[in-house]
Amino acid sequence: MFSALIFYMFAALAVASGVMVISARNPVHSVLFLILCFFNAAGLFLLLGAEFLAMVLVVVYVGAVAVLFLFVVMMLDINVVELREGFLQYLPTGAVVGIVLLVELMVMFGGWAFAPDVEALIQAPAPAAEQITNTEALGRLLYTTYAYLFQASGLLLLVAMVGTILLTLRRREGVRKQVIARQLERTAAGSVEIRKVPTGGGI
Amino acid sequence: MFEIGLAHYLTVAAILFTLGVFGIFLNRKNVIIIMMSIELMLLAVNLNLVAFSSFLNDLVGQVFAMFILTVAAAEAAIGLAIVVVFFRNRGTIAVEEISQLKG
Repeated sequence: MFSALIFYMFAALAVASGVMVISARNPVHSVLFLILCFFNAAGLFLLLGAEFLAMVLVVVYVGAVAVLFLFVVMMLDINVVELREGFLQYLPTGAVVGIVLLVELMVMFGGWAFAPDVEALIQAPAPAAEQITNTEALGRLLYTTYAYLFQASGLLLLVAMVGTILLTLRRREGVRKQVIARQLERTAAGSVEIRKVPTGGGI
Repeated sequence: MFEIGLAHYLTVAAILFTLGVFGIFLNRKNVIIIMMSIELMLLAVNLNLVAFSSFLNDLVGQVFAMFILTVAAAEAAIGLAIVVVFFRNRGTIAVEEISQLKG
């Protein structure tokens, strides 16, 4: 009863903030509602017993992705009024596609069933929560069976990082930046000159 | 009604996914909102995976949800970098005006 109410609260808030993400007038508000949506999804994960993923969702999505969105939204000088033009123009198409998709998904939910041998198909049975925490069980699985995939996802992040830095890096003229190599290159002979100044003559 | 089953979670995920698709169609002016819609869709997929993992007692779903999380983070970073570079070059992020690839 109580957990059902909590589920409905998280689900309703997640859906409502999802609606606000796509309909908010100001992109900054969209990002803030996205953060709210992520928090509520983390709550749903907690209800499902996936504590580690719930915390990772908060750390990665809220702490990194949403804040990244926030930075970019604030960095780009976007005209808010202009952005909403054509909102109604695409509403019919979007509504049709969205409703068709939703109906299809609902029809699918109405008619599916687990395979008869579903118990035999389980790859890694989750241990009971009393014996071992969700985090520990997930870690054991991730560092043994899925170690290569784990490494590959790390590699993916590395590639994403290199790509992002490469895309946004630029050299600008007229900016005084410290270049350590050039500083170390300098020698007394190359940069200091001793001249004999005649009295009263100047250089 | 008060017995929360797998179908409840799948319904929430389906609604979130549909909202993501809807957002892509609706916001033709702002690439950032479209990327947020993609994040919503990925979140819905994650919710599906975790729900199945929980109700089938199989941890693999959670492992794969974590991989999807990684991909979503990488995708957001690269996409936003492209948006920043595009804005720097063209001064706009309206989707309708991004048509250089048409040739």
